[in-house]
Amino acid sequence: MNSIILQIAAKYLKILFLSFAFIALIRGHNYPGGGFIGGLLAALYIVYNSLAFTSRQIKQQLRVRPEHYMGAGLICALLSFLPSLLSGAPLMKGIWLSLNTSIMGEIKLGTPLLFDIGIFLTVMGVTLLFLFTLSINK
Amino acid sequence: MNIILILYLALAFALFLIPKKISKQTALIVAFVQLVVFVYFIGQLPTISTGNTIRSSVDWMPDLGLNLEFTLDGLSLVFCLLITFIGFLVFIYANTYMKSYPGTMKFYFYLTLFSGSMLGLVLSSNLVLLFIFWELTSILSFLLISFFNEKEQARKAAFQSLFVTGFGGLCLFIAIILIGSIVDSYSVTDWVDKAQLIRNDSRYLPALILILIGVFTKSAQFPFHFWLLGAMQAPTPVSAYLHSATMVKAGVFLLARLYPIFGGTPEWTHIVPVIGALTMLTGSYLAITQIDIKLILAYTTISALGILTLLLGIDTKLSVKAALVFLFVHAFYKAALFMLAGFITKLTGTRGIDRLGGLIRSTPMGFIITMIALLSMAGMPPMLGFIGKELIYEAKFDSPWISSLLVVLGVTSNIFMVAISFLLLFKVFLGKSKTSLSKNNYLMLLFSPGILALLSLGFGLFPNLLTPFIEPALSIIRADDIQIKLKLWHGFNQVLLLSTFTVLMGIMLFIIIYRNKKIITVWQRINNRLFAINFTNAFSAGLDKFIAFSTKNTHFIQHGYNRYYIITIIIFTSLLLSFQLYITRGWEISSSFTFHPFYISGLVVIISLSALLSVFSKNGIFTVTAMAVTGYGISLIYLYYSAIDLAITQIIVETLMVVMFVLVLRGLPKFTKLSSKSTKIRDATIALCFGGIMTLLSLKAINVDLSPSISDYFVDNSALLAYGKNIVNVILVDFRALDTLGEITVLVIAALGVSTLLNIKKPKK
Repeated sequence: MNSIILQIAAKYLKILFLSFAFIALIRGHNYPGGGFIGGLLAALYIVYNSLAFTSRQIKQQLRVRPEHYMGAGLICALLSFLPSLLSGAPLMKGIWLSLNTSIMGEIKLGTPLLFDIGIFLTVMGVTLLFLFTLSINK
Repeated sequence: MNIILILYLALAFALFLIPKKISKQTALIVAFVQLVVFVYFIGQLPTISTGNTIRSSVDWMPDLGLNLEFTLDGLSLVFCLLITFIGFLVFIYANTYMKSYPGTMKFYFYLTLFSGSMLGLVLSSNLVLLFIFWELTSILSFLLISFFNEKEQARKAAFQSLFVTGFGGLCLFIAIILIGSIVDSYSVTDWVDKAQLIRNDSRYLPALILILIGVFTKSAQFPFHFWLLGAMQAPTPVSAYLHSATMVKAGVFLLARLYPIFGGTPEWTHIVPVIGALTMLTGSYLAITQIDIKLILAYTTISALGILTLLLGIDTKLSVKAALVFLFVHAFYKAALFMLAGFITKLTGTRGIDRLGGLIRSTPMGFIITMIALLSMAGMPPMLGFIGKELIYEAKFDSPWISSLLVVLGVTSNIFMVAISFLLLFKVFLGKSKTSLSKNNYLMLLFSPGILALLSLGFGLFPNLLTPFIEPALSIIRADDIQIKLKLWHGFNQVLLLSTFTVLMGIMLFIIIYRNKKIITVWQRINNRLFAINFTNAFSAGLDKFIAFSTKNTHFIQHGYNRYYIITIIIFTSLLLSFQLYITRGWEISSSFTFHPFYISGLVVIISLSALLSVFSKNGIFTVTAMAVTGYGISLIYLYYSAIDLAITQIIVETLMVVMFVLVLRGLPKFTKLSSKSTKIRDATIALCFGGIMTLLSLKAINVDLSPSISDYFVDNSALLAYGKNIVNVILVDFRALDTLGEITVLVIAALGVSTLLNIKKPKK
């Protein structure tokens, strides 16, 4: 499809989609959301784009190949095990760090978040790869 | 000793870092290292000969009983000296020999690793470790034999040797585990200490037979000898190394190493000498009708290996002593002869003895060296070979079992050996020259065999120089202190008489063959008739049949029709599930159906209707839409039961599915009726059965009491331990993180697979 309306809309929806995906990822530990959902949301944005643009245009917009997202995701997930490994705790034990910031109060950062980011990237990459291979071949 | 092995490993990889300028002399660098290691081992001789052993042990996997235990004792020292010394000469030889071939760096890499793993094999005193090195030598010799891999024969031969020795290796491994389970340790010293326990165990006989299969395959004993004949496809330096000091000698080493445990039992003394004698005779008998120098030498190696096995099988002091001496004898002359064969091939471009002749004029040096080596092989005085042969005869006379038969077989075999030696010497060096010679005289290639020939001669004249090497090894094998004296002149006795007889008969045989050219061809024909089974061909035919058999089986299961795969999976799942439902029968469908609000019931109706529609629709897009309605409906039900995460995921996935289906549908033809009515009925039946069983299963699931439920733990601890209020997410990323890691890995692999499959371009016609 080559619709001006969809293309213009895509420009503005981009921020909405991606920030939504990001929020879903961040809040996932306490509220509905998480890496799987976030990754799917992010992919959904590209799917939306694929309706508005040709697949070549999308590839140019994307800059990074889906395979690299997948690889980066797996590496993130594996890296999240490193702190527990180094601290001698059982492997994959969540290690948490709490930061006291004046603006947002106490923030807790933990390895599960990194793991979730890994899931996010992998799911996004996998979905994109499916999409691209299917759309380019036809 | 760990350091030595690490040195070899590091050296092998460091070869690739050698700058281009001096890369032509790579082999000399390795040769130098081999020499240094050789000198190191010589330096250990005083310690070892006083009966000490040098041990080193590093824990590797103590729970499995696998540790890096190395022992340098008399026996391993003998082998270490041979491996490093002949390795040194082989590398010097290879430096000249391999110059004209591409890929020499790879060759030296393999060969260095091969030396290292051979050293590891003889040094390790943990049998699992020994097995690892054993397999390493098999794999490396596969790579070395197939070095000229553009030739089909070389590839075939390499596979054959890998299959045969690999098979033996597996047998050996089973045997090691069997005995390990008796003794509860894999250390050789423990085995030797508990030899009596092993011998009395019922697992002793199977273990012994399996070990012997391992040894016989490695040492090319009849009927596994054929792989060694194929192995001559390897570059000549490899053949020289393989046949003299390594690979095939690994089997002999293991026989000697395990001698204190198994030696002398009735099973041992009945199996080992018989196979050895058979191999000895086959090898030398078949050698005489060959016309390819390397093949002749390969057959004589088989014969020599037979002698070594036979001697270790005869359970006497004399025989073990003879075996050790013969080990040196054979290593010296066989390495020299292979190197000379390579030299002759380089010089004339051929290996056929019928096409050679008159080389004495062009290379008198080569003639002298060959003569010395061949005299040692024939067992003529004053060579070391003579002493070896005398000892072997003596040992055979002394044999407690079938000694007269052994003597007859031994003499016959040696008569052939004498005849072969003279035949080689005369055919290659005397007579008319038949080939044009290469311009290069390759004098450098004569260095290594020259040294070996000198050793054959020197040790023959001063045999007592050899005793310090042999005594400690003998004491390890026979476990008692033995003083030995080696002499060239034994005085007139039975053995000398027999020796003279052997030589005379051998020379007569040689003269007959040499005079009548036709006799060889006739003989060959008879042999082909008599021994109709060509082992090599039989082996490859058997392999082909096996592959055909498994292809047929595989095609039956992996037929390539997706619909039948799915049918198979569903039918089997249904059968298993109904079986499970049947054996746990006795539950009742709960009669207290709760009434849900009307909109949920309406939703269920919509879901069912759209599912039916998707089945019966005749339009692709319509089907996809109907399926999507089913999916969205289900996600609404999730939402109603407050499974928010599940609902969100379901909605997004459903959306993506629709988009992807649309993408695929664009490229597909319109729905057509391809299946007949009967297939449709069949598929519908299967689908309905499966659906019904799943329904029953979910009804049953309500009745199953899973107390205490694991979800309580997650609910209680999610916020406390994992600082998260969303239990679903906490389970995914924390409690069950390993599962999730597995899932995303599977996702990635699946995605890569799909993308690869879809991106395959159809070959242009």
